Amino acid sequence: MSFTKNLIHGTNFDHTSLNALQKVALRGVVMSFLFFGLLAIEGMIMRLVKLGPTNPLPDMFSHASHFFAIMTAHPIVGIFGSTYQLVFSAFIFLVPFLAKKPLYSVKLANATWLLITIGTALAWTAAFAWHYAPLYTLYWPLPADTKQFYAIGGIVFIVGAALIMVGTLCFIYNIYATIFARVGVHKNKTTKELLISGFGIDGMLNLWHKLTGKPPYSKEPALSLPVVAIFRGTVDTFLDALVILSAGVLVLVYLIFTAAGHQLDVTTIDALLYKNYFWWGLDLVADGLVLIYVAGSWYLLATIITGQKLFMENVARAALMLELLVSWMVWSHHLLADQPQPEMMKLISGEMVTAFELLTQGLALFITLVTLWKARPLKMTMELKYLLGGLVGFGLAVPAAIIQADMGMNRILHNTTWISFAHFHMALIVGLYMTLYSAVYVLWPLVTNNTEMYSKKLSNAHFWLYFIGGVGMGAFVGMAGLQGALRRHLYVHGEFHTLFTLGAIFGSMIVIAWAIFLYNIVMSVGIKGLIGIFLPAQNKSASFGIEEEPAAA
Amino acid sequence: MTFQNSVELLKFHNVAYTIYAFMIVSIIAWFGYNLTRKEKAKSIIRIPFYGYIAFLVVGGVGHHIFTYNTIPWVQEDMMKDEITPDKVFHITIANHKWQLPKTPMVVNCKKPTEFIVESGDLMYGFGLFRQNGTMVTQMQVDPGHKNKLMWTFNFPGTFNLTSTEYSGPAQYSEDGKDLLFVKNAVKVVGCDKKGGNE
Repeated sequence: MSFTKNLIHGTNFDHTSLNALQKVALRGVVMSFLFFGLLAIEGMIMRLVKLGPTNPLPDMFSHASHFFAIMTAHPIVGIFGSTYQLVFSAFIFLVPFLAKKPLYSVKLANATWLLITIGTALAWTAAFAWHYAPLYTLYWPLPADTKQFYAIGGIVFIVGAALIMVGTLCFIYNIYATIFARVGVHKNKTTKELLISGFGIDGMLNLWHKLTGKPPYSKEPALSLPVVAIFRGTVDTFLDALVILSAGVLVLVYLIFTAAGHQLDVTTIDALLYKNYFWWGLDLVADGLVLIYVAGSWYLLATIITGQKLFMENVARAALMLELLVSWMVWSHHLLADQPQPEMMKLISGEMVTAFELLTQGLALFITLVTLWKARPLKMTMELKYLLGGLVGFGLAVPAAIIQADMGMNRILHNTTWISFAHFHMALIVGLYMTLYSAVYVLWPLVTNNTEMYSKKLSNAHFWLYFIGGVGMGAFVGMAGLQGALRRHLYVHGEFHTLFTLGAIFGSMIVIAWAIFLYNIVMSVGIKGLIGIFLPAQNKSASFGIEEEPAAA
Repeated sequence: MTFQNSVELLKFHNVAYTIYAFMIVSIIAWFGYNLTRKEKAKSIIRIPFYGYIAFLVVGGVGHHIFTYNTIPWVQEDMMKDEITPDKVFHITIANHKWQLPKTPMVVNCKKPTEFIVESGDLMYGFGLFRQNGTMVTQMQVDPGHKNKLMWTFNFPGTFNLTSTEYSGPAQYSEDGKDLLFVKNAVKVVGCDKKGGNE
């Protein structure tokens, strides 16, 4: 097939053959990868600025207001515009597929990707047009500081963030309404049975019955393990959305009053109390839903890749419950450098409970590896390669965080590039995204009706460039943190030059990898197919792989 | 084993984490290679499940026990209210400007020193850095609170000060100069010459 033909028509992709569920899932995926491109370019701009006088960019990027506006937009685009969309789209497809029943509402799923896309675009616009730059942490009272920022920029940013959270709530409602719908295989299940399974209590009871020599509490749990992980992770997604929304409302009230000429007193809000509240919610993303969703994804991928049952499934179910409880109690590790924070909270929440994440994530790693090992020999498919890459990412990133979640280490690592690169860029770029790429390769034939990928060579090139780029950038910029480089600081005079240069070189590999991936996808589905994904589906079915029951008369 | 300053600690940390990073990448690479082989792989080491769990628990908790016993500023920080400092420095910050003590901040070696920093508007950071840019110590400066940092310097040196927390673009001039950077803000004197410089 010629280049032009591929570019327009793809390989064998036929968007008219897709049903409503497949299309709505793909819409979020397309938006997610477009936002990923923006994210990668923003990241590269920041990496280049830090090269100092040798950087090839126009001067405006090195100005503090511009630089920190990019730094503010970057995580919004990355976490919500890209990651949330990709994860939500995958789950919108997976929950009905795994639970063998239709999605509660395709309309609500459309609202989800649209609201998150518009919200992300608004937040980005606030940073781009008005240089609104309080960073994603929104430390009080900076987001309401109208001496440094235009109130209108703040209002647009907060409205954008609020739309993202409303989109998130639409997703949550849709997921729970689907899980609790008493149709199909769950026709005869009670809400209590579904709740017990969703929280993993059946797994715990099975373990207890085994220890006491009784027959299993439940031989066939009501919900499959990946659905349990989605159920559990979504609890944190909900709590996090409430916290971010309420913090947004607070900032909005202050900004609107200022815009109306009535300045409110920012000292009414205790900055430390606000920081605790905000980090409790924000940490539910980092240490809650991400880790739980990831563990669930590993289990799903391992079982699909091997075609076998998960090793130690009951332990995995119970561990997901533990992870949920742990995720509610670890936020204080973000406040180890805050001296007025009570020492007991630092010690118990910041250090001890946080250390449990090593246990829960280590357990997920172990279960996944053993499940794969027991099924060998396996073919080294793209999905397996990416899954192993994801395991490496978290294998590197989680201990890096545990090391810093310590009163001794935090004193010299807090707010350095160690935490932003050796930990969370490593966790997100390598750990989370490689897991998600694995899921993309697993789900690809299902959501596209067996569309052939344009080039395996390009898939491999993407994998290696992305993996080496992600690990290399995380490692070298992380090492700069050990030499005193601060993560939220403007360096334009060539400080930490060698390590920042290496970081930029490896960072550029991620941008190239993204371009290769996008090219491969566009050549597989074609521009016509890409547009077709956004056209209404002829087949209105909201399920996949099952015969839908006729509607009740 | 005791780490006298952040340089010693970070050197140790750098080596230990680099070894760990190579180890985890190698293990997964070995694992991936053997997943595809038809011949049964020889186990290098057999780790029982409960042994692995114990290793994770010991690793997570033991790390804190290790640092508590080897990093002197952990105990000092936890006991700061019961320690009488040799010197106390009161510092305030507002509108992206430090108000430092009128006399230079000269600190006696191996004596606990307390820095009390208060912010009149935003959240800042208080960080001391060596001349080569490496960090000595830091804390967050929460507005509306007295932020107290107790610190004992074990080596002589002159340290620079800047904010370790982002407080908006007003921290920088048009050409990217850090306006909160104070050269030679703290000087440590009275150390045994054998100890060398920071």
